[in-house]
Amino acid sequence: MRHVQRLTLLAGALAALGTLFAGPGPALAQSGPLKLTITEGVVEPMPFAAPTFVAENGQSADMANKLTRVVVSDLVGTGLFREIPQSAQIAKITSFTSPVQYADWKAINAAALITGAVTVQGNQLNVKFRLHDVFAGQELGQGMQFNGTTDGWRRMAHKVADQVYARITGEKPYFDSRVVFVSETGPKDKRLKRLAIMDYDGANTQYLTDSSSLVLAPRFSPSGNRVLFTSYATGSPRIYMLDVGSVSLREISTGAGDMAFSPRFSPDGNSILYSLTQGGNTDIYLMNLGSGTSQRLTSASSIETGPSFSPDGSKIVFESDRSGTQQLYIMPVSGGEPQRISFGEGRYSTPVWSPRGDMIAFTKQTKGRFHIGVMRTDGSGERLLTASFLDESPTWSPNGRVVMFSRETPGASGTASLYSVDVTGRNLQRVPTPTGASDPSWGPLQK
Amino acid sequence: MTYLAKAALVFAVLGLAACTNGDRFGKLGGGYGANGANGAYGANGYGANGITSGGLNDPTSPAYFQQTVGDRVHFIVDQSSLNPEARQILDGQIRWLNANPDFNATIEGHADEQGTREYNLALGARRAAAVKDYLVAGGVRPNRLQTISYGKERPIALCSDESCYAQNRRAVTVLRAPGM
Repeated sequence: MRHVQRLTLLAGALAALGTLFAGPGPALAQSGPLKLTITEGVVEPMPFAAPTFVAENGQSADMANKLTRVVVSDLVGTGLFREIPQSAQIAKITSFTSPVQYADWKAINAAALITGAVTVQGNQLNVKFRLHDVFAGQELGQGMQFNGTTDGWRRMAHKVADQVYARITGEKPYFDSRVVFVSETGPKDKRLKRLAIMDYDGANTQYLTDSSSLVLAPRFSPSGNRVLFTSYATGSPRIYMLDVGSVSLREISTGAGDMAFSPRFSPDGNSILYSLTQGGNTDIYLMNLGSGTSQRLTSASSIETGPSFSPDGSKIVFESDRSGTQQLYIMPVSGGEPQRISFGEGRYSTPVWSPRGDMIAFTKQTKGRFHIGVMRTDGSGERLLTASFLDESPTWSPNGRVVMFSRETPGASGTASLYSVDVTGRNLQRVPTPTGASDPSWGPLQK
Repeated sequence: MTYLAKAALVFAVLGLAACTNGDRFGKLGGGYGANGANGAYGANGYGANGITSGGLNDPTSPAYFQQTVGDRVHFIVDQSSLNPEARQILDGQIRWLNANPDFNATIEGHADEQGTREYNLALGARRAAAVKDYLVAGGVRPNRLQTISYGKERPIALCSDESCYAQNRRAVTVLRAPGM
């Protein structure tokens, strides 16, 4: 990626800036009083100020403005932070190098202050920022800068916001990430579907396929460089792999079977799980992408689909209607008897293992409504995060704090949209997309 | 990579896909009213309506098969079992297919929207297989019959209540022209 070529501590600037900087040290590990622990108890967002980053030359002003707004948007979008608007700020930051007058920011009750500077030269962009703990009157972590090309400016804004989020919450961040999804247009009975990719916040949509073939349920590889999806390009559902970097597209040869679908990568990206249907019966298979050899993991007369790996690659979770209704099961990849983990009222499907390993997100249907929910991997602690006419297809943010999913509205004019919700059930938000959208798959934090 | 380069690459993908699949498109859509993008595979109603050869009064015509014999059966929620009404229709299909051995058929299984996408794909496959099995048991050679599932992707009735769902939970036997 040339958008963000380097990510460096402002070590070189340290000496020149003197007392402004604390001594060198780990950027993220510094502990201070400015700390937001994400629990279900967080209901009051942390107030922060992010005065427009200083434009270091004339042609940087527009960039400084829009870049600052993306940083703010990322943070506010989490529901964990509240921006103190610039109109309420009593001080101005006109120089990135001058000492911050913390009293001015205490006076407006800003717990955190983000200062930054932007330099545009030709198509080159440099962004610097510092995070301040206003009440402690000191920086939280060190200043950082990012260099890249101007067309990658949103990624740089996301990287700044990622740093702020990580330092304050102690969590891994997720703003500099992308989502692959199905773009939908046209009426319900003749819907056109294309694969598309966008930034996590809905910006920069690009289309990966045309709409000549029905496509379903794309899934990012763990490193974000490949996408598995199901397409009707040959007439019946088959699995394809798109290499995002070299942009080659190939069919995954799953062997005999009427259709192959529901693919998902292993955590190391070397294998895939998928469903294969033969004579009306659907079971789960594991394929080594290198050798192309497949191994059947389930063999029941019921429907087994929606497989997802545990992050350590040792187990899978999947849905099966072997009990009469769709329920969730876990089994070792090496084989063995599947253990049912869902026991509540209703039908459970589309399980996805959290990147943290501790929870499984799923779709639940009960009493004519659809829910996105999470439970622990032993089935305990079930929590429904949403409720609507039709919610499905949950996917985890790279840090396991947020779940994105698709929601369809009822009736002949019904359309699908993407939403995100915090794992606590708070902060339900629609993700803006240029068309209808379904089946999101959230990729990793970008390098 | 730069955005410009990426845009070019996307084009490359599209070009590749078009090359790979161009042939199959023409074949599958041909003759039976290609339905345009995404529906080009004779998905249910549109494909069926595209058949114009022969007339309703000609018992060897596809139109007769569709409308007089009945080209589809319906299912109850989450089920793939064939009720007496469905069996009666399929008995008619067996007679027709056995009397018109030049025709082959693709059985398309569908689900209503009250289910998750991938499960409904599997459910549609189960329904199509139930119909195929019944036709084969009635003497239709299995190599004349293909199955495909569209899951909930191709509803024919668009409202979101049982009156529409009942129509969408279906398996449709779509004739293929002799030789196809």
